[in-house]
Amino acid sequence: MTYDEIKSVLVLLALLVAGGIFLWRVHQLLWANLRLGQRSGPYKKWGDRIKGVIVYVAGQFRLFRVLIPGTGHFFIFWGFLILSLTILQAIVEGLVSFVNPHFLLPLIGSFGPLALLQDLFAVFVMIAVIYALVVRLIVNPKRYLGSHKSQGVMVLMFIFTIMLSLLVMNGIRINLGQDPLSVWRPISTAVGKVFAGAAAGTQELIKEIAYWTHLGVVLLFLTELPEGKHFHVITSVPAVLLRNLEPHGRLPAAMDLNGQVGVSAIEQFRWRQMFDFYTCTECGRCQDVCPAYASGLPLSPKLLMMELRDNLKERGAALRAHASNSTTQATLARTLVGDVISESVLWACTTCFACDQECPLFIEHISPIVDMRRFLVIEGRVGTELQDALANLGRYGNSFGQSERMRARWTQPIQPPIKDARREPVEYLWFVGDYASYSPTLTDVTVKTAEVFRKAGLDFGILYDAERNAGNDVRRVGEEGLFEMLVEKNSMAMGKCTYHAIVTTDPHTYNTLKNEYPTNGDVNRPVLHYAELLDQLITAGKLKFSKKLGYKVTYHDPCYLGRYNGVYDAPRRVIAATGCELIEMPRHNDGSFCCGAGGGRIWMPEGEIKERPSESRIREAVKLGKVATFVVACPKDVTMFRDAVKTTGNESRIEVKDLIELVHAAL
Amino acid sequence: MNQDIYVVIEHLRGQVAEISCVMLAGAHELAKDMGGSVVAVLLGHNAQGLVGNPSASSGQFLAADKVLYIDHPALADFTSDAYQKALANLISRDQPRAVLFGSTSIGTDLASTLSIKLGLPMISSCRSFSPGGKFVSQICGGKIMAEGDLPGLTALVTMVPGGYKAEQGMGTQSPPITQVETPALESLRVTLAKYVEPESGDVDITKEPILVSVGRGIQNKDNIVLAEDLAKALGGAVSGSRPVIDQGWLTTTRLVGKSGKSVKPKIYLALGISGAPEHVEGITNSDTIIAINTDPVAPIFGVAKYGSEIDLFDLIEVLTEKVKQSKGG
Amino acid sequence: MNIVILAKLVPDLVEELTIDTSGKALDTAWLRMIINEFDDHAIEQGILLKERGGAQVTVVALDIEGVDDVLFTAAAKGADRLIKIKGDFVGVNNHALARAITGVVKELQPDLVLTGVQANNDLDGSLGPLLAGCLEMPYVGYISGVSVAEGKSKARKEYPGGLIAELDVTLPAILGIQAAEQPPRYVAVSKVRQMMKTSTIEERTAPGLDMVGGPTISRMFQPETGQRATMLTGSPEEVATKLVGIFKELGVL
Repeated sequence: MTYDEIKSVLVLLALLVAGGIFLWRVHQLLWANLRLGQRSGPYKKWGDRIKGVIVYVAGQFRLFRVLIPGTGHFFIFWGFLILSLTILQAIVEGLVSFVNPHFLLPLIGSFGPLALLQDLFAVFVMIAVIYALVVRLIVNPKRYLGSHKSQGVMVLMFIFTIMLSLLVMNGIRINLGQDPLSVWRPISTAVGKVFAGAAAGTQELIKEIAYWTHLGVVLLFLTELPEGKHFHVITSVPAVLLRNLEPHGRLPAAMDLNGQVGVSAIEQFRWRQMFDFYTCTECGRCQDVCPAYASGLPLSPKLLMMELRDNLKERGAALRAHASNSTTQATLARTLVGDVISESVLWACTTCFACDQECPLFIEHISPIVDMRRFLVIEGRVGTELQDALANLGRYGNSFGQSERMRARWTQPIQPPIKDARREPVEYLWFVGDYASYSPTLTDVTVKTAEVFRKAGLDFGILYDAERNAGNDVRRVGEEGLFEMLVEKNSMAMGKCTYHAIVTTDPHTYNTLKNEYPTNGDVNRPVLHYAELLDQLITAGKLKFSKKLGYKVTYHDPCYLGRYNGVYDAPRRVIAATGCELIEMPRHNDGSFCCGAGGGRIWMPEGEIKERPSESRIREAVKLGKVATFVVACPKDVTMFRDAVKTTGNESRIEVKDLIELVHAAL
Repeated sequence: MNQDIYVVIEHLRGQVAEISCVMLAGAHELAKDMGGSVVAVLLGHNAQGLVGNPSASSGQFLAADKVLYIDHPALADFTSDAYQKALANLISRDQPRAVLFGSTSIGTDLASTLSIKLGLPMISSCRSFSPGGKFVSQICGGKIMAEGDLPGLTALVTMVPGGYKAEQGMGTQSPPITQVETPALESLRVTLAKYVEPESGDVDITKEPILVSVGRGIQNKDNIVLAEDLAKALGGAVSGSRPVIDQGWLTTTRLVGKSGKSVKPKIYLALGISGAPEHVEGITNSDTIIAINTDPVAPIFGVAKYGSEIDLFDLIEVLTEKVKQSKGG
Repeated sequence: MNIVILAKLVPDLVEELTIDTSGKALDTAWLRMIINEFDDHAIEQGILLKERGGAQVTVVALDIEGVDDVLFTAAAKGADRLIKIKGDFVGVNNHALARAITGVVKELQPDLVLTGVQANNDLDGSLGPLLAGCLEMPYVGYISGVSVAEGKSKARKEYPGGLIAELDVTLPAILGIQAAEQPPRYVAVSKVRQMMKTSTIEERTAPGLDMVGGPTISRMFQPETGQRATMLTGSPEEVATKLVGIFKELGVL
């Protein structure tokens, strides 16, 4: 047999082996394991979904949030796509080499501009890879803590080798006059010059070595692709295509698995959640923005995904094993919640959404955390402080343990009395919220809110004793049953009232009323945060200011107002209208850094932390220099940040004010 | 049948409990209206000496007109079955106007069951007696008082401290002791296996001059360190109320109150403690009580000399700082 | 082993308590009734005993507003049988209540009866020891630990100062629980709701109520708060400064 005939056979064999391994591994992971998962979908709105793939996959949109590595990945990604045709060329040329050793693919093989693009991208990719290697090996940023470094480095070397071997092959072909498009390949030509001095036979040999290196590494990469983080190459398009299009602030309902609520074993997740575990690229961008991780708590969204992925593989294999031995027994005995993921990891999450927002592939981190919390709650594995808070919420409708009859005590000094929405129709139903009603430090702010509403001529009323905690954080803590009970009670109370819109001072309340309560997908009766309402009133001229405050302020975007519900501009317009100058903190808009109170954390002991998220935030504000006022739009933020100002010793430098206080002062 | 007031003396391992003297004081009050004498009922084994040591100081005797003493080995340590049987005999025989028990681990094991067994009316949580032979009891955490006539011909009453001072139940004269015939005490269904000493802790809170005491308001174990810092700055120790000990945030050696210790510090700083009677029982001998509680109607403010509605978490670190500063630290 | 737990509902002290127009009883208009905290501990202790050594746990409660929730919550924790005793129990004293449940408890033939050592509205003794009198069972109160083996129980009885007495109690007996060996566990609302669908509450009717043995109240009132504390107001800084002033005055600083 001639070399070319052998070559074809070998290529075919290699293709079959590598392809087979690849397909087998994909089958095990995607089909066999995912089949164990629960139902997902249905999937609709395909127009939006396809647009998403264009923007987020083709456009690599979220990757640019970390600019330089994002740009690097852009080139590696596009290089991969564009150069995939060269891989196709290499394979086909190998397969048919026994017929024609210089086979060129039709069209693609003769399109000059494509050849140029491939040549240029080969270089871009190699530059990007070198940059990436420098980052991995020398810079080693914190977001990679816990990621598989050796895997990352290995694949980068693979890519580099694939590019280099391609250029060598091309270069020698040009030297030997075998390339009709040589004029379109300047880079390859330059590489070829390195070997131009050697004899033709030697060059042919080097070319074949380059070819086998090229093909070999490609096929090796192929078999490695399903293992670990590079599987995202396969799963990224489906992940973005099938991403969750529900409003961010709407948690999926608890699945009922034969009476079990919550997830206690990996196969109880929905297959779409499992798909997320596979798609994690271990990039660590989520870890970098996580307030729990920053404060030293054991939660890292990235590590969580990796652990879930590993458990899925391990347990999936054990569940499907035909024979049971001590290893499979041991694997099956490991509990997901407890052994694999510790309880402290699950309770550390503030549900701030920074991780889900940051992830380039729309992986949902909060959803599995809440599912596992739901299991802990059903099992009663809940800390004392949280237990007390939940018991109080169940009995009194607030976490303070005070009677519901005290809820409207803050209204007593107000004359004339605030309208009782249960008794008379109002235009705006003001859902006050627990903290604004019961916390003594916040009474002042709540009263000012009432005064501002009055000055604006609003027709508003409150539910008085009939109001209960709206349940947003009860749900995020995993007490789905208590959440349902609160929804029932509040819906019943609101159902008896006549109103045209709901306004609330608390973003958490806002989020759940708007996105999770059954009545409020209703376009005709919108749910507004008071910042939105004030913005509307100012624009309509109904709220006029008598002075310009002239303060230099910074604004903290609350998680449940900003990231979850996209309200960034309204509060800023209100600030501007009061005549204040807004200086942004580095982490603002959807990059805002959580105060640490959400997800029920305000009902849990702090634990061993190095720096409270709220303190980090105050330091960030103080660093701006000229800012003396820290403006917030959430009652829990007022509490958390006022404490942080004290504990960081910044009382003389910065003061925390609720947005309503600015408005009140400027009236 | 007579108009005497019987007081069941409580004692534990050779010590007369303070409540016994409080009851004797109350009995004298009641006896004025009833016209009878005050009789101390002492059950034990070789325990006559207790008549003469109602408190740590010597030269004091139980302030009773006379003592009825029942001796039996089975009565050496308190057990409900034996004491009940012995008292049942005595009360049936003598039918006094009233029998006073402590509202305690000892007294409450006896009074109610005897009430049913002997068909005698009873009143619990009595704090004091008012003129005309009326009882005044406290319920609902001390928030509500109930008054009424002493019922029946023989009434059983359990008493809580607070209405009388123990000193009022101590006298300088030794009352005459009459030994009552020993009853048969067999097939007892409750027997003492052993006592378990309280954990000997690092600190004896009954000897501390300053106590920084925390209640449920401290919210979780993590926050205890705030109280410890303040206590250290002040040169005192940390103590707590029942909920804090039940949760395991402090050891039982730090428990102040009915089941814990009675303390008498110069300053008792109560943080986030509501002031339920079971706790207040343990602090009435403090020189100055200072209470921090966001609930303006917390019962603790009724016994404290100074108070503030401020949130303890807003106050505590600032206070610790200021104390350190004033000490030049 | 057969364990019976008695649970009573008592006024919630979070609410403001007022006296009704007769001046002799609590005004029930705004009264919220919640489970007696000590009975909650008794339920926890009962469930712990069941988890350790296997037992049938029956919870018996009187029909007062809110009792269903209490019973279903107990079921969600692991109670096997729920019994509600029907009748009008407003203004009824503990002697009558004890007599009312005697029949039911006898019928259940318990080895061990657990109930809270006291309740905040007790005026004529507590339910546990009164029932012990009716049933002629031994009673020990202020219990913070129970174990059972071969027809006998070991109970840990609390005395002041942290002293504990370990007692041997022959069964059947009634124990008045001060504290369970661990704080009452949390039960998710959905679990309780599930119990509402799957468990049944057996009902019994109380025979006529015999109030003999209790006192007659001639007057109920709220105590004068005595000498009220001198209240310190102001910011945390100001209050702290005032306190330091007081400490200095008292000679500790």
